[in-house]
Amino acid sequence: MSDFINEEHENITGIEKQAPDRITDKERNRYRDLDNVIKEYIKKPGHLIGILHKAQEIFGYLPEEVQTYIASKTGIPVSEVNGVVTFYSLFSTEPKGKYEIKVCLGTACYVKGAQEIMDTLKENLKIDEEETTQDKLFTLKSTRCIGSCGLAPVLLANEDVYGEIAAKDVMKIVREYQKGEKIEN
Amino acid sequence: MKTPEFSAGPVVRRAGQLYDNPEKKAEKIRLTIDGREIEADKGMNVLEAAHAAGIEIPSLCYLRHINEIGSCRVCLVEVEIKGARVLQASCAFPATEGLVVHTSSARVRRVRKTMVELLLSDHHRECTTCIRNLNCELQNIADNLGIRNIKYTGEMKQLPIHNKNSFIVRDYNKCIKCRRCEAICSKVQEVNVYSAINRGYDTVIAPAFMQDLSQVACITCGQCVIACPTASLTEKECIDSVWEALEDPDKYVIVQTAPSIQVTLGELFGYEVGTVVTGKLVAALRRLGFYKVFSTDFTADLTIMEEAHELLERLERGYKLPLLSSCSPGWVKFAEHFYPEYLENLSTCKSPHEMFGALTKTYFAGKQGLDPEKIVVVAIMPCTAKKFEASRPEMGTSKFKDVDWVITTRELARMIRQAGINFRDLPDEDYDTPMGIASGAGAIFGSTGGVIEAAVRTAYYLTSGREMDVLDYEELRGFSGLKEAWVELKGRRIKVAIAHGTGNARKLMDRLRAGEQFDYAEIMACPGGCVGGGGQPIFGTREHKEISLDYRHNRADALDRIDYSKKLRRAHENPAVKKIYEEFLGRPLSDMSKKLLHTYFTPRGESPGFDFGGEKGRFAGHVEENLHPVT
Amino acid sequence: MKIENIGDLKALKEKHYPLIKQRLGHRNGLGLTQIMVCSGSSCVSTESQAILRELERELDEHGLNENVRVMKTGCLGFCQHGPVVMVHPGEIFYCRVKPEDVKELVQTHLLEGRLVERMLYQEDLTGKRIPSINDIHFFKAQERIVLQNCGVINPEDIEEYIARDGYHTLADAILNKRPGEIIDIISKSGLRGRGGAGFPTGKKWEMTAAQDVTPKYVVCNADEGDPGAFMDRSILEGDPHSVLEAMAIAAYCIGANQGYIYVRAEYPVAVERLEIAIGQARETGLLGKGLLGTLFNFDIELRLGAGAFVCGEETALLHSIMGARGEPRPRPPYPAQEGVWGKPTLINNVETYANIPIILRRGWEWYQGYGTATTKGTKVFSLAGKIKNTGLIEVPMGTSLRTIVFDIGGGIPGGKKFKAIQTGGPSGGCIPEKFLDRPIDYESLKEIGSIMGSGGMIVISEDNCMVDLARFYLEFTQDESCGRCTPCRVGTKRLLEILKRITEGHGEMEDLDILERLSLDIRDASLCGLGQTAPNPVLSTLSYFRDEYIAHVRNKTCPAGVCKGLFSYQVDEEKCIACGLCAKACAAGAISGAPKQPYRIDPAKCVKCAACVAKCPKEAIVKGSDKEAKINENAGIFSGTGSQESRAAL
Repeated sequence: MSDFINEEHENITGIEKQAPDRITDKERNRYRDLDNVIKEYIKKPGHLIGILHKAQEIFGYLPEEVQTYIASKTGIPVSEVNGVVTFYSLFSTEPKGKYEIKVCLGTACYVKGAQEIMDTLKENLKIDEEETTQDKLFTLKSTRCIGSCGLAPVLLANEDVYGEIAAKDVMKIVREYQKGEKIEN
Repeated sequence: MKTPEFSAGPVVRRAGQLYDNPEKKAEKIRLTIDGREIEADKGMNVLEAAHAAGIEIPSLCYLRHINEIGSCRVCLVEVEIKGARVLQASCAFPATEGLVVHTSSARVRRVRKTMVELLLSDHHRECTTCIRNLNCELQNIADNLGIRNIKYTGEMKQLPIHNKNSFIVRDYNKCIKCRRCEAICSKVQEVNVYSAINRGYDTVIAPAFMQDLSQVACITCGQCVIACPTASLTEKECIDSVWEALEDPDKYVIVQTAPSIQVTLGELFGYEVGTVVTGKLVAALRRLGFYKVFSTDFTADLTIMEEAHELLERLERGYKLPLLSSCSPGWVKFAEHFYPEYLENLSTCKSPHEMFGALTKTYFAGKQGLDPEKIVVVAIMPCTAKKFEASRPEMGTSKFKDVDWVITTRELARMIRQAGINFRDLPDEDYDTPMGIASGAGAIFGSTGGVIEAAVRTAYYLTSGREMDVLDYEELRGFSGLKEAWVELKGRRIKVAIAHGTGNARKLMDRLRAGEQFDYAEIMACPGGCVGGGGQPIFGTREHKEISLDYRHNRADALDRIDYSKKLRRAHENPAVKKIYEEFLGRPLSDMSKKLLHTYFTPRGESPGFDFGGEKGRFAGHVEENLHPVT
Repeated sequence: MKIENIGDLKALKEKHYPLIKQRLGHRNGLGLTQIMVCSGSSCVSTESQAILRELERELDEHGLNENVRVMKTGCLGFCQHGPVVMVHPGEIFYCRVKPEDVKELVQTHLLEGRLVERMLYQEDLTGKRIPSINDIHFFKAQERIVLQNCGVINPEDIEEYIARDGYHTLADAILNKRPGEIIDIISKSGLRGRGGAGFPTGKKWEMTAAQDVTPKYVVCNADEGDPGAFMDRSILEGDPHSVLEAMAIAAYCIGANQGYIYVRAEYPVAVERLEIAIGQARETGLLGKGLLGTLFNFDIELRLGAGAFVCGEETALLHSIMGARGEPRPRPPYPAQEGVWGKPTLINNVETYANIPIILRRGWEWYQGYGTATTKGTKVFSLAGKIKNTGLIEVPMGTSLRTIVFDIGGGIPGGKKFKAIQTGGPSGGCIPEKFLDRPIDYESLKEIGSIMGSGGMIVISEDNCMVDLARFYLEFTQDESCGRCTPCRVGTKRLLEILKRITEGHGEMEDLDILERLSLDIRDASLCGLGQTAPNPVLSTLSYFRDEYIAHVRNKTCPAGVCKGLFSYQVDEEKCIACGLCAKACAAGAISGAPKQPYRIDPAKCVKCAACVAKCPKEAIVKGSDKEAKINENAGIFSGTGSQESRAAL
């Protein structure tokens, strides 16, 4: 782009937009899958959220490039796509860890000590909510009530649900996953 | 600042209305507001009905027909209606027969105050050093409500200030989330740069990924700046650079003024909207120390010469039709982003102020014996887009830029105040010659329809040898932002179209894509044309912004009055223009003209920075390249 | 098979009804044993599906497939005791079943014909084992009408739904009745919207039907976002066809041909059940073109939410369906006049829809037999928090809170005292003991500063701090605020800041007045229900538990012992035996003492980690306000705010 100001233009958002020159096979297949999704969903009105769900399934998260791609293919302005992505909690613009650990902070779980569990995890994994551990193994999140109030307090690791856990036992669960990783490696 | 009143000059319906014809008869209803029975039109909301009865309900987010979301909650009133909540946003509540409304009961006043206090608690209250000091809608309401202390203090956001591009500054900390910028960019301009990003307290109204405006398909038109009630969106000032140039003894600082400045600058010094202040404008500029005070109207005349010849040439050859005007840089950027396949239809003429700069540093420098590198050209423009335009590499040579600094009407007013000049006391003075001599045709460039009328006046004369009368426009399908007419040139009927506001430009261009034929179109990025430009005076003390948007008619009418009052009304009659062709350029579209007065355009894509298709694109040849909506 | 007339429906009913009858307690000599495995989300997440697979495997091994059927069923509501497995005949109720127990179950119950005692429900007071669900008080005390199919039928089999008169009502409606007649019945029944607002359902249908614009739409609000509420989820998982049928009837009444179910993405089981149900309905011709041989077309599309509580608000939901940010808009115009894509839209809650087929089948007079003067019918409530029987219950409107908490709910565990019950989720208020005998209906709850909401009820005991709870709710609503209107976007933030200050011990008395004033203004000025009700927890706790606020502010203490920094640990000198174990446990070196002298805790050094409390053999370390520090084995140290310093190795 031509220099349009009288001084050096700095990369204001600090987000690296330099993608590698060509796409890899893996990426290309992902974009092909996305094309198919868009073709399918665009037949019905109000399709954006459905497309974004599927795109997140394909890519794992919704980086700027994918959002812009969806915008250009559907004719929806990219600002609107970004507005929708950032409005809803389930859409993530950051890559996630292998295991998403979600602590339910719904009322029923809260009154039964969910905050302790969250704090324990924060302290031991050394990350804050919405952050991912250095080894990209765990992303820590809080979640809204998932409706398993009978099992309060509840913790989710990806799809697995752990109920009625005590703060003191939560790291045992985490270590199981860490061990699992070690065996895999 | 005293609130400007509307002038009482003769009304010439050239600029057209921005909204539907108000003379349309509406059914009347009666309702009670503050104990008085009043009459209103059916379909009005309570805010408008009250305004029609002279009751002003304060509001912040409301812009009639553009932003009617009832989100700021400042315009709350008490309504007595079974089943509905008692406090309602008057801008979003329909006035109905028999409704009873209280606009300033104790409860309303208290809640309204709380709303403004909450807004202020999250606002960087640096009024004394703020660019909108004394002209800010939030400040005005806070003053009217008598807010003396803010009980609710807490976190105040520390968000970035994006001020690295040349045209618009975005201070996220002053934003009150009224969404007017989003509304005007999406609904009126149809560029869709802004959206609400994030949720709740963390909401920001920003371009995608919170990029800077220079990184997205922003057309730099500045309508968002006009719409913003606070200093969240403002023009990028370069007053200091102009002062620096003026103080440099080595430099010859030459200033040119756009056609519409002479009918808008007065508003910033207490004159009624639509007052012609040309004489004082010139006098003020002289006192600021400019070496020469010239008028862009002069090069507007030159543009007409070049463009009229361009039109005739294309009509003759039957190629690259329709000819699309290119003097609106906001429109040009719009075309570069969204309709790149029609870039070759654009007139290759530079916009008048750039032509001026080019000629000043060549023709005028030669005549005066000045070193072009010592000349600094300053342009007073109604426009933020011209700031961007001036920085385009094609606007100039390797040695100099055509125009060095572009300042808006608002910035000029600040400079005049900074210099301590009492504007109202100035005598009327005349522009310098030769580049200050202009016809009425050049003057009307400043409002929608003006360029086409001016160009057609000359083209008509060139083909038939006779002069023509004012054109009559036929409203296109009830849109006043989009008009068409037929003109006879050399026995041939050509279809001309006029669009103002890029939303209307989109409609026109989409019709072109669909196969519709026409010959010549004038497209202005800003609704109303330059009189409504992004650099024009903003009213912060008006109660209802929608009224202040209607001021464009009055400004445009003033330009018409200038046109009518001049003896010299046609570009081809301008002696200075004739001379410049004789002495320097040769003839319109000559090689010299092409070199200095014409330019080229660059396709920019809808999402600059993300290149999906094309030869060099990341996905070239790998993934389906059709980038139009999949159907 | 395609269902083309009422005859087809009746035939299917005849075919399957004997199976259903047995599950309802009839010993009809089927020669068949039916095992129903609860497959609601709670039980699913505690491995009920593994139980299912184990059962199938075991039956295979023992060659029992001829006479034993295993299938999924919906949530029975007794979540505290899940996973639940029912065996018929006999309506035998097995609870807390684990996959490892399946072998024994098959061996003992199926092969040896004896009940597995240890897995039967055990009554709290008497310790008796109760085999049949009919004799369990938790169920006897309820009136399961909306939930009648949950736990009885397999939600993934449309034919079982038909066997219980499913879709018969739809057939009757579109073949024999006029829309006006049906709307009349709904209106007369007095059914009010179960999503929380309590708007008369018949009136809404009438309004939408009266609009002259087409196309029209029918929408189901399944965005149950209230934390602690899972009524709609259970209905969708256990009886999805009831919603589909009701929507079709609604569409017939108002003149719509397209329906949408907007369901939270956080309910994957519900989404799956709905997809299966819609698929089966389409296959059998009960959704799609020309239902039952008429010209009436109706189809349903699922739309997933994406994690925004505000999308439970009508207009926000409609925006979300249209693929935009879920931001509400001012009303009028109402969705009935201008909904999705500007067209008339009927939008009702899941539970509201679930009532429709039942009312039409049994008559409006019958329905009027339940409830109070202003609020008819039954309501499904979810019980959670400090209560023995957490789960789902259905009772007639007008039941008292006391009955729900102490009778059906079983009271507070651990012998703790009841403090308050929070109804209506984050939009509701906290109701203290003095109102426990109130009959529940929309008006009576509003009178005491709360709301019915969608039916979530959280029980709060003496160990919870009301100020902390208000803060918790505000944090939720603040996070979920869409950001459009000033009072909710900024106002709830300021409210939250004040509450945080108070819970951290930096509050002043005037803060209470500011809280109240600002709460009232936010309630009056907000654009949508979220903002309008966000201050309810604050207002109700300020009203009924002001003394707790005052204690936080004036005395800088937290009477419940929850808010960190607002209580201190002290050694009860009479109980202390000077063993020194506490001092050894203290990582902060805050405890000092000598043999034969009571030990002392230095409040300046104490980080409130409670390690000493755990070690003390005489339970001699107490919280500042004479309360005993108790450790709840099951749920972390204390209920409420946690902080990093207070971790202890227990």
